[in-house]
Amino acid sequence: MNKIFTLENLQFLLQGAGVSIALAFGALVIGAVLGVIGAAGKLSKIKVFNWIANIYVEIFRGTPMLLQIYFFYLGIPVIISMITGTRVRMNIYIVALVALSLNSGAYQTELIRSGILGVDKGQWEACETLGISYWTMMKEVILPQAFKRIVPPLVSEFITLIKDSSLASVIGTAELMYRTQALGARYYNYLYPLMIAAVMYLIMTLFVSWIGKKIEKRLSVSD
Amino acid sequence: MIKAEHLSKNFGKLHALNDVSLEVKKGEVVCLIGPSGSGKSTFLRCIHGLELPDQGKRYLDNELMDPSDPKKYRELRSRMGFVFQHFNLFPNKTVLDNCVLAQVSVLKRNEEEAKKIALDYLAKVGLLDKKDSYPNALSGGQKQRVAIARALCMEPEIMLFDEPTSALDPEMIKEVLEVMKELANQGMTMIVVTHEMGFARKVGSRVVFLESGKVIEESDAETFFTNPKSERAKDFLSKVFYE
Repeated sequence: MNKIFTLENLQFLLQGAGVSIALAFGALVIGAVLGVIGAAGKLSKIKVFNWIANIYVEIFRGTPMLLQIYFFYLGIPVIISMITGTRVRMNIYIVALVALSLNSGAYQTELIRSGILGVDKGQWEACETLGISYWTMMKEVILPQAFKRIVPPLVSEFITLIKDSSLASVIGTAELMYRTQALGARYYNYLYPLMIAAVMYLIMTLFVSWIGKKIEKRLSVSD
Repeated sequence: MIKAEHLSKNFGKLHALNDVSLEVKKGEVVCLIGPSGSGKSTFLRCIHGLELPDQGKRYLDNELMDPSDPKKYRELRSRMGFVFQHFNLFPNKTVLDNCVLAQVSVLKRNEEEAKKIALDYLAKVGLLDKKDSYPNALSGGQKQRVAIARALCMEPEIMLFDEPTSALDPEMIKEVLEVMKELANQGMTMIVVTHEMGFARKVGSRVVFLESGKVIEESDAETFFTNPKSERAKDFLSKVFYE
C-alpha cells in the first residue's frame, strides 16, 4: 500500500481534481448564461420563446446526464457524418463541458425563473407607479433581489456539478474519477485511491459551501 | 382635475367595481371609505391603471387616459403619485437611493440634482437622518414616510394613497397621517383609501362611501360624519366608532 501514496500519484489525482473543478465552474458560468436566456424565454409574453425554453428544460432535465454525455460523444458524430459524410472525433473535454453546461443551464433556467417570480409583486407595482422602464426595473430592482434569493440553490448547483463532472470519466475525460479508477487498476487496489478521491471531492465541495455562506452574508446587509 | 367615469372591474365572477364615477378638483382631499372588499382599493388602482378597468373612462386634466397610446398614457400616469399599504420600498437600496432611482432613470435628472431633491423631501417627512439606512432597518411608519417622499420626488400633481396606515403598528399611524395632513395643507390633490375616520373627517374635503363595488353615498366630510344620509353609512359609522 505504501507504493500508492507517492507524491507522483497524489499529483496525478490533484490534477484530476483541477480538471473536475474547472469543468464544474465552466459549466456553472455557461449554464448561468443559458439560465438567464432560458428564464427570459419562459417569462416572455411571446409564445414561441415559451415553447423553446420549455422544450430545452424538459429535455435536459428529463434525461440522464450520462445519456447526454454519451449522446454528445457518440451520437453527434453520427449525425455529423450523416450530413457531411466525414468522420469526426469529438474532443472529450469540450464534449464534457458542453454536456454539463447544457444540463446545468436547464436547472438554472428554473432557478432564475423562480427567483424572479419570488420577488414581491409590490416591487413591480412600485416601479410601475414611478414610471421606471422594464430594463431599469430588472437591472436595479428585480434581478438584485432575485439573485439574493437564488444564491443558496446556486451553491447547491455548483456542488452538484462538481460531483456530476465525474460522469465525464466514461468518455475518458481525465478528471478526478477517471484518474482514481486508473490508479486503482494499476495497483490492483481501489480502496486508497477511492478514499483519497472522496477526500478531495469533499474539500472542493466544502470550500464551495463556505464561499457560498460568505456571499450570503455579504448580501444580507439590506436584511 | 381627475375624472373617472363609469368604471367597472370584474375579477372572475366577482364584481369588484360596478359603474363607479368620481370627479376630484384641484386641491381636494377625497377619502374613500367603506367595509373591506367594498372595492375602494380596486377603484383607486383602476384610477391609476395598476388594474385596468374593464369598462369606463379616466381623464386627467381633461385628457383621456388611453393605454393604446402608450407614450401619452405613460406621461399622464407619471403625474400621479401612488402610496401603497405595504410601502413597497426597494429593499436592496438605501432610503436615499430609493428616492433617487426614478428621478434619474425616468426624469433624467442628474445625480446631484436628484439627491438634492430627495434630501429635501426626506427632510420634509422628518427622515433626513435615515438617508443611508436600508428600508429593513426602519419602522413601519418610517418606511411609509419614505414611500411618500419617494413618490413626491417625482413631483406629481395628485397623490393616491391606498390604505397607507393599515399595515402599521397603532403608534406609528399618527406620524404618517401628520405628513399627509401637511401635504393636504400645502394644497396637494389627494385621493385616500382609509379606515382612519378621524383623518377623513378632519383632513378630507369629501367622503365617498362604497360598498359592494358601488358608491352608496358621497358628501362633504363633515356632513357624512354628523349626518349620513344612507342607512348603510349610518350602520357602518355606528359600528366603526366605539362609544
